Amino acid sequence: MIVGEQKPVREIIDTIIRYKKLLILGCGTCVKTCFVGGEDEVAALASALRLALKQEDRKIEIEEQTVERQCENEFIQEAANAVARNEAVLSLACGAGVQALAKRFGDTPVLPGVNTTFIGIQQKPGLFTEECQGCGNCVLAVFGGICPITRCSKKLLNGPCGGSQKGRCEINPETECAWQLIIDRLTLLGQHKNLRAYIPPKNWQPSISGGPRKYIREDHII
Amino acid sequence: MNALPLSRLHSVLLKGEFAVTAECGPPRGANEEVVKQKAQLLKGYVDAVNVTDNQTAIVRMSSIAASALLLQIGLEPVMQMVVRDRNRIALQSDLLGAYALGMRNILCLSGDHQAFGSQPDALNVFDIDSTHLIHTVKTMRDEGKDMSGYALDKPPRMFIGAAANPFADPFEYRVVRLAKKIDAGVDFIQTQCIYNMDRFKKWIHLAREEGLTEKAYILGGITPLKSSGMARYMKNKVAGMDVPDEIIKRMDNVEKKKAADEGIKICLETIEELKEINGVSGIHIMAIEWEEKVPEIVKNAGLKN
Repeated sequence: MIVGEQKPVREIIDTIIRYKKLLILGCGTCVKTCFVGGEDEVAALASALRLALKQEDRKIEIEEQTVERQCENEFIQEAANAVARNEAVLSLACGAGVQALAKRFGDTPVLPGVNTTFIGIQQKPGLFTEECQGCGNCVLAVFGGICPITRCSKKLLNGPCGGSQKGRCEINPETECAWQLIIDRLTLLGQHKNLRAYIPPKNWQPSISGGPRKYIREDHII
Repeated sequence: MNALPLSRLHSVLLKGEFAVTAECGPPRGANEEVVKQKAQLLKGYVDAVNVTDNQTAIVRMSSIAASALLLQIGLEPVMQMVVRDRNRIALQSDLLGAYALGMRNILCLSGDHQAFGSQPDALNVFDIDSTHLIHTVKTMRDEGKDMSGYALDKPPRMFIGAAANPFADPFEYRVVRLAKKIDAGVDFIQTQCIYNMDRFKKWIHLAREEGLTEKAYILGGITPLKSSGMARYMKNKVAGMDVPDEIIKRMDNVEKKKAADEGIKICLETIEELKEINGVSGIHIMAIEWEEKVPEIVKNAGLKN
């Protein structure tokens, strides 16, 4: 899923301060799962903003709505009436959702209420970890299903740096050393050859390094 | 290993002499005199001087520029190059430039993560890793080609070094990683500072069994301890450093003003042990902001007269 964190309320207030009628639009998919952008979070943020702005003696009307997915027009459409009633939209979706709204509602300001952080998983309740950088050229088969590009702080492809100690990364003792995990897993899987093999430099062209990416499915183009 | 010497350091090692390298950290400023003064202290006592590349991710004079300054006063640099700050285009370009300026030794490193430095908000690069850099320098030298396969007009011919840390985890993999670096094209290795001699011996024993000490020269890392505070700091705060309790105790058990002497004594004992170890071809002294002690260490270790 795409993981995000809500922006600080103060920062949000600074971006919405000029509007009198605001729609807070949630997204019911990824960001709902990580407790940032679902109905509950929309309601909580709306209350927090109303209270904060009241204390500052400012008047604002806030409308709340959540659609299934802000990254798909089909769902965005459901918010069209609410968008039309308001001066601006505060989106609690990821960056893709914010931009999809901006594309769909060209004359309405769309503001981000969330910092999109990474593609990850919920490792245990309340703990989300980054697992994939969307590099466009998956190498997980070689590394026993553990991504060194995402999970090694130095993106090392040929083994752990000199800072790996007791399975921990040198930059943060709470971070696991990806290479310790790779070595353990490849050993468990009996894939010793992969541990000894020289992994050549990565082709970054399919990544963001090659410029903004597109994926075209001719068979689905109408 | 190459039979014709690529550098002075290489020729010393080819002759089978016990090599001595030291380290010179460039200044946080553009003062060339600082580099020259630090280096002057080492002249006549070492075979080559490592010039660090923005170590601990703190902005300093570039390793290429400081290496060029060393050449001006007749010292041979080992130019360190980290993959943290430059992509493959910049690394290769700087490598060509460094050779044109007279650099003949390179040490290929990953680099300390910028989180440790003075500008943790910087973007890191890590386009390629240190093993890739080794392979790149080797391909340039032996095949005359850059990473695109383009045939270079006068390829750089560098004596290629890398780091090894026998004290990091997982221990068994440390020899595999060494083998990978050697396969990629490394000629010499400088190790992390040795305080835990037992572990170092185990590591070099495994390396010898794999035939790795026949394929690359290993220089053991030495860092003299100035105080018991420094010993503790190295043990607890520096990633990948292994300072056994006996060393801490020795530093604790001497008077404060005699701690530095004790540190030098430990370091001389380490050198004596290293001289006797089959597969160790020399030492690399990293006297952090204590370069003036290097001549004393070298003399008292009975090296370089």
